[in-house]
Amino acid sequence: MKPRHKKLLWVLGSLSLLGVATWLVLNALDKNLNYFYSPTQVANHEAPSNRSFRLGGLVVDGSLKRQTDGLTVEFVVTDTASNIPVRYKGILPDLFKEGKSVVAQGKLGADGHFVADQVLAKHDENYMPPEAAKALEDARKINANAGKAPQP
Amino acid sequence: MIPEIGHFALILALILALVQGILPLIGAATNQANFMAVARPAAQGQFVFVAIAFACLAYAFLANDFSVKYVATNSNSLLPAQYRFSAVWGGHEGSILLWTLTLSVWTLLVTLFSRHLPQAMAARVLGVMGLISIGFLLFTLMVSNPFERLLPAALEGRDLNPLLQDPGMVIHPPILYIGYVGFSVAFAFALAALMGGRLDAAWARWSRPWTTAAWVFLTLGIALGSGWAYYELGWGGWWFWDPVENASFLPWLVGTALIHSLAVTEKRGTFKSWTVLLAIAAFSLSLLGTFLVRSGVLTSVHAFATDPKRGVFILIFLTIVIGASLLLFAWRAPKVGLGGKFALISRETFLLANNVLLLVATGAVLLGTLYPLFIDALDLGKISVGPPYFDAVFLPLMAPAIFLMGIGPFARWKEQSLPELAKRLKWAFGVALLSALLMPLTLGKWTPLISFGLLLAFWVIATGVYGVWSRLSQTPGTMMSRIAKQSPSWWGMQVAHLGIAIFIIGVTLVKGYETERDVRMALGSAVAVHPYSFTFRGAKPQAGPNYQAWVGTVEVFKNDKLVATLHPEKRNYFSTGMAMTEAAIDTGITRDLYVALGEPLENGAWSVRVYHKPFVDWIWGGCVLMALGGLLAISDRRYRLHQRSANASPTLTVESQA
Repeated sequence: MKPRHKKLLWVLGSLSLLGVATWLVLNALDKNLNYFYSPTQVANHEAPSNRSFRLGGLVVDGSLKRQTDGLTVEFVVTDTASNIPVRYKGILPDLFKEGKSVVAQGKLGADGHFVADQVLAKHDENYMPPEAAKALEDARKINANAGKAPQP
Repeated sequence: MIPEIGHFALILALILALVQGILPLIGAATNQANFMAVARPAAQGQFVFVAIAFACLAYAFLANDFSVKYVATNSNSLLPAQYRFSAVWGGHEGSILLWTLTLSVWTLLVTLFSRHLPQAMAARVLGVMGLISIGFLLFTLMVSNPFERLLPAALEGRDLNPLLQDPGMVIHPPILYIGYVGFSVAFAFALAALMGGRLDAAWARWSRPWTTAAWVFLTLGIALGSGWAYYELGWGGWWFWDPVENASFLPWLVGTALIHSLAVTEKRGTFKSWTVLLAIAAFSLSLLGTFLVRSGVLTSVHAFATDPKRGVFILIFLTIVIGASLLLFAWRAPKVGLGGKFALISRETFLLANNVLLLVATGAVLLGTLYPLFIDALDLGKISVGPPYFDAVFLPLMAPAIFLMGIGPFARWKEQSLPELAKRLKWAFGVALLSALLMPLTLGKWTPLISFGLLLAFWVIATGVYGVWSRLSQTPGTMMSRIAKQSPSWWGMQVAHLGIAIFIIGVTLVKGYETERDVRMALGSAVAVHPYSFTFRGAKPQAGPNYQAWVGTVEVFKNDKLVATLHPEKRNYFSTGMAMTEAAIDTGITRDLYVALGEPLENGAWSVRVYHKPFVDWIWGGCVLMALGGLLAISDRRYRLHQRSANASPTLTVESQA
């Protein structure tokens, strides 16, 4: 094999590997990006109906209800402007509390419930998930613009 | 008083770091022996002062000195003593101090084990490490001072995060940091060689044991972290592709590539520029990892905005380290030369392919980790990249690398005939294929993915066994002397590769056959997880030193015989009011039985996680084998020979005909 051919082979080999890698990355990114929506956005039908996304905000006090199987729970997530009911089957993380922030991942159900397949736990009770913090912040702006008193 | 001594010790350490970072480099450039001679004492003195500072902070924790802000936010008088000590690195400031201490320990080791190096080389290596230390000490003193006072002093501390109150957390960060920071030695050697213009086989040989040592600790550190997540987070996962995990995995991937590239540079004098780039990349990713995890940027890029000084310092520091080393590379590397040539099919090619695949995988993981941060920083919305992304990208890239891993050790340097290689390995492939196809049938269900995973693992094992057998059968003597005649670094490679195979078996079988059931369990009720049956015997309250717990009792039966009694706990920590799940695990070679309490329900019933995890411990066993292989490789005598002879480049005498 001539050196020129060898070089060409190397270049072609590297390029095709790079191509395969790029395809893998783009394909996987497209399928596995989870966008975040606030309760207000969901209430305004801005969230997709057929694809999984993340919902964040505060768990409304007194909204946690447990069904008789002991595993299915329902609670309401709010950004102080809108409320979205959430259903989840499974064991809630340690840091899940009414009145505290939460991020749930799942899809919108036909009955208007957000059906979560994952409720995210974080490692510190003072820590607010950035998604939840952003939802509250956005809602505060909306409330302020609407002439209401800003929420604490 | 003690915290002030610590603070003052840090300032003295900084002064010595300045001396160590500047004078020896000037000395090496202008060939002044007395300037170069400063490097060792300065580095040793710096170690003493950083150690004093660390001891002062540890003392403040053990003595419950809540007038120190960092202690007050990360400790509590009820915290048991061993966790008060590990709380030293439980937060940002202390972990940066631990990083600095680790760096000074590595530097100390370099001063002790560099007597055989030419004086200019040793001076440059220590000088570069001094420069890194300057950065970290400045950072500590300017924006991240752990000794800052709290006035008035707090009466009680806010406590250490309960998740970190665990023996695994006591040792995981130090081991991981030893690994991270260890790459600074490889980095310093690479830069020193660039400065001196001597990028040869001797440089690679000096650099190899240090790099491997760092890699060993990083491997163990990642495995410890993964094990900790498995039993402490209470839901039985061992890897989440969480940004924090990725931050430690990225330097590991590049470090693995670096180890292999260094081998080529040492044996054949090729890949020199590439090796230098990898050394720079491994250390840069270690820095990036430290800062990603510790700066709060992962929870939100806007954490930078709340504490802009730290963020800006970090960005500037990263820019200087990466920018300066790449500039030096661009300036010096063209003089390095190419080294020995090699044919298309040769061991060099296989190792190059391994390197390229590892780096592409690194790039894909890095992209998935940083992409949400970029999107957030540009205010384009909030997104997250799910674990399936990483699985979908990482596995297809690693599969060919594993396949080549079986072949590589059989290929000759310079040129190898492909038909001959195929002839030698066809039986290994046949055996691996057959057992990979049949074994899932004996374990239950058969799926293509399980078979494929096992094929990769068995392929590595079969080629390894064949490689060992053919090497030993060509060596004369008794069996013992044959084994002893092979070099430790060759055995190290075999053991580390075996570790990869064991790891793959663990991952494949646990992914393929695990059972995870979240169930409601009433008192005395049973749940079946084939072939086991779990019976719930209720939960009782019990007091711990700084928490109140519910302790459950779960009996596990197999064929009506009691095999284990498990006591999972649900703890409530007094100081923070945080609830914590402590899983109970019955560990076995072929399976783990895993039980964790969920929430209390009516009439003494609980929601419970009941898991059966086949072969899960092989995952960490594989990591331990990899680390053991690394240790064997380091123990090779040729790294410790007092060599003038090392200065001669080996095996470069024959020019390739390609």
